[in-house]
Amino acid sequence: MKEQNDNYFYIPQIKRRNQKAALFKGATIMAIVFSVSFLIFFLVDLGRSGYPAFFQTYVKMEVTINEETVENPYAAVKGKNLKIASRAWLRDLPSEVKQNPTWMNTTREHWVLANSEVDQYVKGKESRTKQNDRDYVDELKEKGFVELKFNTIFLTTGDSKIPENSGIYSSIIGTVMTIIVTMLIAFPIGVMTAIYLEEFAPDNRWTQIIEVNINNLAAIPSILFGLLGLAIFINFFGVPRSSPLVGGMTLALMCLPVIIVSSKASLKSVPASIRQAGFGLGLTKWQIVRDHVLPLAMPGIMTGSIISIAHALGETAPLIIVGMIAFVPDAATSFTDAATVLPAQIFTWAGMPEKAYLERTAAGIIVLLAVLLSMNAGAVYLRKKFERKW
Amino acid sequence: MTMENGFIHTTFNDRDETPEIAESIKIEVKNLDLFYGDKQALNSINMDIYTKKITALIGPSGCGKSTFLRCINRMNDLVPNCRVEGFIGIDGHDVYDKDIDVVAVRKRVGMVFQQPNPFPKSIYENIAYAPLMHDIVKKGKECDELVERSLKGANLWEEVKDKLRDPGTALSGGQQQRLCIARAIAVEPDVILMDEPTSALDPISTEKIENLMLDLKKNYTIVIVTHNMQQAARIADYTAFFHMGNLIEYSDAKTLFVNPKEKKTEDYITGRFG
Ligand SMILES: Nc1ncnc2c1ncn2[C@@H]1O[C@H](COP(=O)(O)OP(=O)(O)OP(=O)(O)O)[C@@H](O)[C@H]1O
Ligand SMILES: [Mg+2]
Repeated sequence: MKEQNDNYFYIPQIKRRNQKAALFKGATIMAIVFSVSFLIFFLVDLGRSGYPAFFQTYVKMEVTINEETVENPYAAVKGKNLKIASRAWLRDLPSEVKQNPTWMNTTREHWVLANSEVDQYVKGKESRTKQNDRDYVDELKEKGFVELKFNTIFLTTGDSKIPENSGIYSSIIGTVMTIIVTMLIAFPIGVMTAIYLEEFAPDNRWTQIIEVNINNLAAIPSILFGLLGLAIFINFFGVPRSSPLVGGMTLALMCLPVIIVSSKASLKSVPASIRQAGFGLGLTKWQIVRDHVLPLAMPGIMTGSIISIAHALGETAPLIIVGMIAFVPDAATSFTDAATVLPAQIFTWAGMPEKAYLERTAAGIIVLLAVLLSMNAGAVYLRKKFERKW
Repeated sequence: MTMENGFIHTTFNDRDETPEIAESIKIEVKNLDLFYGDKQALNSINMDIYTKKITALIGPSGCGKSTFLRCINRMNDLVPNCRVEGFIGIDGHDVYDKDIDVVAVRKRVGMVFQQPNPFPKSIYENIAYAPLMHDIVKKGKECDELVERSLKGANLWEEVKDKLRDPGTALSGGQQQRLCIARAIAVEPDVILMDEPTSALDPISTEKIENLMLDLKKNYTIVIVTHNMQQAARIADYTAFFHMGNLIEYSDAKTLFVNPKEKKTEDYITGRFG
């Protein structure tokens, strides 16, 4: 047996107690290691599959431009080149020529967008390109006629049935417009409701029922809000289907409960002494709330609202129901135009058979994450601005 | 009680502990009962509070001092299930009249709390906000003057005159409490209620505030709740001893401390219970 420690402060249980503490600490560390490694795996994988979509293959080839090829652009490139050139690029040739009249009646080397199958082959991915076309591309590559250039098309156009011509732009615009509508509706209504419930409403059975219902609404599956939006806004009020307006209103319905609950919580956390000080000076409730309570609660209200709206940004199900999954090649120019949103675009691409859409799906997710992160950064900035230290 | 004969003041003259000095009465409390739900917290309080004097309320914890104080500016209205019966008049005007605006009452009766509670705004805004809202002054020079006057009145001007735009919460506890007093007098009330205003402060700040109260007495009627018997003895003109919701004894401060009539008062001030 070990020697008995005779220090007055010695407790025999100390060893077991320390062991337990170490075990608990170990478990918590394991948990964080697990979630962080999952996150890293996700981001790395996403980056690996999405990164190539930001570059697209261009091939230098001879393009003949004259009256005839402007009429029939598919005749502008000859033979094997026609197999590797993008149909979309050729189709756009006449309008390009209109902008560059000096191209008329020339036969010149142009960097021509390659079609998506060739692009996939150049990127070393699975491709349906035929063997003799592959040999031809390899041959051009030797000569330095094949290049991966930054994919401006992806960031400046909308959806397309031709993979190399499809982009994320119109869904970014759709998302931004939808979120603007959501914010303009959900934030003021939500905050006002919270102020009424927290500061003015009498504490009776009715307000209790309302509060319980709001809490429950926050937990309702989002697709039901889509059905509600369809029934009320589209069928009853006749708001145009697929428009950012109807999408934004539907998402606003979804955000409201969360905004109300979090705004209420941050109003509640404002010390009662502030209100007492106001009452003691003979101020009215409205003056106290507007000028003393609300500014203190604002950072919390902002945080809750922005988290809820950012959540709505990634929401797909309710928007599918109100028609925002439609094939929309052009960016919306007004709030009643048909539009699509980022998550819906990602969802559509994920279901496409062409392999080129796969990398676009991942790239779309990267863009969505970027939008989300910049929104959150904006939120942190706004909060810091409002949160003056007193 | 001799309410029927219409001479309300005579009701009090037969109470021998009522001070018989010819002072003008500022606040008149008659048969005041207060209930929190079913629990009665004040039992039939009768008390006259005199103009431009300091009246101290003392008594063991939970005896109803704060409750009584809050009745005077109707802060108890904010407590759910709180019911007040009886009469409180300020200059003879019924504070609990159904037709009057509570806000108007609170404008005439300022309040200072146990914990300093400046608004989370600048020192200037702390003082200027309520007067601007009440249209007592206009923005600009008039308002600046009021701020200066109030801060001087609260003996704080010299310490803060160069940092009026700094947050009120950046001041020390004692300065914050004086800021709260300045804020209260900026609304130009007649009465100032103070609920243990120095219990959170160090001795030096306490002394400053006690001196301030003696200054303020020239213009205001002050009612203060305190647990500090020495404080009551130092500054109060009148002292009321509460016990379990009853007003046990009320007289001028000297008499109450030197020569208490009731056994309970004597036990309390000599520290035998409380
Ligand atoms: N909001 C309330 N709801 C219910 N009961 C209350 C409320 N406020 C006070 N009471 C009760 O009324 C009684 C008097 O309380 P009060 O706060 O007036 O005591 P006090 O004399 O100020 O005590 P202290 O010296 O500790 O501040 C106490 O028994 C208390 O429990
Ligand atoms: Mg108290």
